[in-house]
Amino acid sequence: MNDTSHRPVVTANFTLNGKQQTFEGSPFKRLANVLRDDFTLTGTKIGCDAGDCGACTVLIDGRQACACMIPVAQIDNSDIETIESLEGTEGLNALQKAFLHHGAAQCGICSPGMLMAASELLAVDAHPSRTAVEDALGGVLCRCTGYQKIVDAVMDAHNFGSIETLPHQGLAVGERLERVDGVAKVNGTEHFGSDMAPADALWLRLYRSPYAKARFQIGDLDDFIAHHPGIETIVTAQDIPGENSFGVYPQLKDQPVFADGHARYRGEAVLAIVGMREAVEGVDFSALPVSWEQQDAVIGVDAATSDSAAAVHENTPDNVLTTGRLRKGDVTHAFETTAVAEGSIDTAFVEHAYIEPEAGFAERVGNRIEITACTQAPYMDLDECARVLGVEKDAVRIIPSACGGGFGGKLDVSVQLPLAVAAWKLNRPVRCIYNRIESMASSTKRHPAKVSARASADAEGRLTGFEMTADFDTGAYASWGPTVADRVPVHATGPYLVPNIAVDSRSIYTNGPPSGAFRGFGVPQAAMLQEQLYDDLAQQLDLDPLEFRHINAIRPGVPTATGQILEHSVGLAECLEALRPHWKKLRAEAEAQNAAPANTRRRGVGVGCMWYGCGNTSMSNPSTMHVSLTRDGKLTLFSGAVDIGQGSNTIMLQICADALGLPTTAFELVLGDTDLTADAGKTSASRQTFVSGKAAFLAGENLRAKILRLANAGGSAELRLEGATVAVSEGDRTTHIALSTLDTIDDAGTVLLGEGTFDPPTTPLDNDGQGNPYATYGFAAQIADLEVDIELGTVHLRRIVAAHDLGKAINPTLVEGQIHGGIAQGIGLALMEEYLPGRTENLHDYLIPTFGDVPEMDVILIEDPEPHGPYGAKGIGEPALVPTAPAIFNAVRHATGVKVTQAPLLPHRLKAALDARAEEE
Amino acid sequence: MPEAYERPETLDSALAILAKGDWTVLAGGTDIYPAATDAFAWGRPGPQRILDISAIGSLCGIDEEADSFRIGSRVTWTELVEHTLPPAFDGLKQAAREVGGVQIQNRGTIVGNICNASPAADGVPPLIALDASIEIAGPSGRRVMALQDFVQGNRKTALQSGELATGVIIPKRSAAARSAFLKLGARRYLVISIAMVAITLDLDADARIEMARVAVGSCSEVATRLTAFEETLCGQEMNRNLVHLLGDEMLSPLSPIDDVRGDASYRLTSAKTLISRTLSQLTGTP
Repeated sequence: MNDTSHRPVVTANFTLNGKQQTFEGSPFKRLANVLRDDFTLTGTKIGCDAGDCGACTVLIDGRQACACMIPVAQIDNSDIETIESLEGTEGLNALQKAFLHHGAAQCGICSPGMLMAASELLAVDAHPSRTAVEDALGGVLCRCTGYQKIVDAVMDAHNFGSIETLPHQGLAVGERLERVDGVAKVNGTEHFGSDMAPADALWLRLYRSPYAKARFQIGDLDDFIAHHPGIETIVTAQDIPGENSFGVYPQLKDQPVFADGHARYRGEAVLAIVGMREAVEGVDFSALPVSWEQQDAVIGVDAATSDSAAAVHENTPDNVLTTGRLRKGDVTHAFETTAVAEGSIDTAFVEHAYIEPEAGFAERVGNRIEITACTQAPYMDLDECARVLGVEKDAVRIIPSACGGGFGGKLDVSVQLPLAVAAWKLNRPVRCIYNRIESMASSTKRHPAKVSARASADAEGRLTGFEMTADFDTGAYASWGPTVADRVPVHATGPYLVPNIAVDSRSIYTNGPPSGAFRGFGVPQAAMLQEQLYDDLAQQLDLDPLEFRHINAIRPGVPTATGQILEHSVGLAECLEALRPHWKKLRAEAEAQNAAPANTRRRGVGVGCMWYGCGNTSMSNPSTMHVSLTRDGKLTLFSGAVDIGQGSNTIMLQICADALGLPTTAFELVLGDTDLTADAGKTSASRQTFVSGKAAFLAGENLRAKILRLANAGGSAELRLEGATVAVSEGDRTTHIALSTLDTIDDAGTVLLGEGTFDPPTTPLDNDGQGNPYATYGFAAQIADLEVDIELGTVHLRRIVAAHDLGKAINPTLVEGQIHGGIAQGIGLALMEEYLPGRTENLHDYLIPTFGDVPEMDVILIEDPEPHGPYGAKGIGEPALVPTAPAIFNAVRHATGVKVTQAPLLPHRLKAALDARAEEE
Repeated sequence: MPEAYERPETLDSALAILAKGDWTVLAGGTDIYPAATDAFAWGRPGPQRILDISAIGSLCGIDEEADSFRIGSRVTWTELVEHTLPPAFDGLKQAAREVGGVQIQNRGTIVGNICNASPAADGVPPLIALDASIEIAGPSGRRVMALQDFVQGNRKTALQSGELATGVIIPKRSAAARSAFLKLGARRYLVISIAMVAITLDLDADARIEMARVAVGSCSEVATRLTAFEETLCGQEMNRNLVHLLGDEMLSPLSPIDDVRGDASYRLTSAKTLISRTLSQLTGTP
């Protein structure tokens, strides 16, 4: 029961950001919650409630501490400083300015914690060394930046004391503009999913299956509610007005909002408890009237495809959700040649580990539902909500909150549907914040893969054949499983000319967590094997691994695996050429170091390459952008592209500003709201810069054309926005357009509207996987330089050198940030990340790279322009991650001779492989 | 939220509270809150009766006594690192810097780490290697017992009902005594050990090893001393050959398990490697 009348109460007096404050309430309440709930200081973020991520770091008497583990009783007489204390009357402090300048904040969810930890350090050491910064900030996790720009910012902060950053003038594309949404990320005012909700919002908490597979029955909920004051309702499958199902594909809505008598994975939502916060949080789940019958779960693809396997879904008796296939040339005789390499690899479930757990709120507004939540795909959320509520699409409004990291994991709906159903039913606002553990247990993962492959090359080192079979564990529900099965065959050979190819892929249902989208859609898993095989071929042929890749690199006019001929923007050979001097130097250093006798640390230098198609595979994925000018001179870019930290808000503005011919500072931005912005698709598939960026370019160009027409001016005319007048200058002639004299076209006073829509040209793939699946591809090659401790099996990364062909760097700082972050996630994928349901569902058992695990990174940008892209640009989000793990594995092989057959390469696995190899020799 | 929360200012009142039923003792909070988070996620009740010892003055500070040092149970890892102590404490300080991140080191306590009794507790091997004892206050007065006897198993200590651990007592060594600590994890910061080793060596006037203590953590339910190896080390000169005295049979007190962080055989071989490297640190030989 929830009798709270005898609960202990404490009175704590403390200084908070320089002001004396008093708290009265539960002594055990976490300081993080006190700051956020009782003092509305939502700049302090909660990422894990367990001291694992450091997002809630504040200073207590000048010392950093995780506010999630401090009982408020202990802060009596203390001095508390939070992120909100850093900004003075004169604006951002030096450290905050350095963060903005260096691009140290991406999504911004970890930034308050980083800034507070750095403040503790800088108070005693204004010029810290790299090691001092890493030691001081090592307790804060970042999933976006790869840490390098954070280290740079902290080390450089002393230079920003008196710097006033001036607004950027002139052309924007190619400039290192500070992110337009950056100030809010470094001063604590950014609103993520958990940072706002109507004051009267009820709280929603999900009860989830503790079993991977079970039947259950729900008993008398009315009786439960009657005995639990403060609980308003419990929502189950029976309460859903429309369809109790959702899923990425229109024909594949196989996941229920609430399981209906049958749970298919640990963490699946069963029911939602809604009511007053304390009551909802106080529920002991064992008191819920739910009876369970646990069943034998289908774990892993081998079990799922065995003859005796139970069907995870009745309509899919063989558990094969979908298959992918590619055939090119004829592989029958392709392997009758000089060099043949063969191998296999198993990979694990990988968690996105964005530092912001899913959160948001829903409100019924008349006969419409409005949902504010963190998301990567507002328009997909809208469609799912309409379907589940059984309402028309125009009755749903999605307002994306700031998104504290996504990486593919926030493409699928999370809190949105339970919130929509509850708010619709109760006609009251309802909010929900996932805790870290339920976020990890319930959300999608990177597909575990079982990959086998064979590759061959002739005596000159030219690839002759490639075969691969890849089984992907798609878990209990489809999510993006079909996308993975489709994408992998296209990319399986890597970015090389191979005349004869056979690839088969399958996505297979199991009782694991649903595998979905995660930076690369299966391509990284395939590349981890394929790139190792090519090193094997190079070794057999006594060719340098980098030169072997250079020989075979896809070049303009050469057919890809799908028979597509790329004429432009095929920069792999250039990437390799840019790496060549680094490669030679590092390889020579490694060989010299390894020549020393009895050295327990073996140095290795490896290379990995990748290509990645930007946008959806052989499917329409248009984006539309608007830019408007009102009668009083307000210029607004309406962008539906969701910025999940990668920087699309800034990128869209830079592109549109130059296309229009006005400075970025002239613009206001309206972002992401489905009522206000046009559909710019989802933030996924490395498509926003390429597809939405092109739409922003076309919108800017469209508005410019309308202005030039009014002024009867030519294309080279210069524009100036002067109050409510646009001045158009061409040579000596200047025409002034008084905007107030133009007819308005809407209620907002718009007089001129530019619109741009772009849908990258693709063609369907035939039964052999032949066609033009993507309009353009990103290319990259990375070098990993590392040391293997052969006694402990640990890997110490020394350096990553990354060369990326991205067409054009619209904003080099943001691009470097994407590449650094992708590399960091690639390091995690290669060396430490393994999600095991029920075992590593928190951020101390599930390891992601910390400050000390990401080495210094050198980024080389190759700009081979893509004619379809805005100013030649294409995507970088996923390309950043794909080559890292292959480069690391090839470096491990160079150091030790060990071929990697299981990822992650945890120390005990590498040690076992080293021992096995020693025994062979 | 708990049904009772007490934050007394004296040890006597803490003991009076402890005399009334079962309490969860809270010092730095760095173990209790993560456990509460896990309980909440799966709908189990969190701790219900909390005794917060963070206001008890007598549990503060590191005191030097005639033949020992006493670390009070409110002392945090950071306080330990910042306190001037003889070289024999270097290993413990190295361990302190490996506990969680700085945030944890600033709040978490050494005694809390012991009482939490995790097989992977970073503080336990270096304290065992320092021959530490735990000081306990209870209804029948004060008692002191060897740390090795105090920690009895995974999450299990010898603390009786009504008792409170008030500090750790570390006997003084010669000025020549030194210690070192090494921890193996799958990443650099914020990592739970796969294996760890702490060694204290006391040297006689001729720089021969007079006393050796070698403790291994994360390789059995409780951090364990390798007494056979310790005996072998005694009387030896400090040089690089010490490691060759470590026979496989001397590792027999260890009983590592397989888990997600590593398998048993890996833990054993790693422990051996770590011992060798810790000795190298102490002897100053590569």
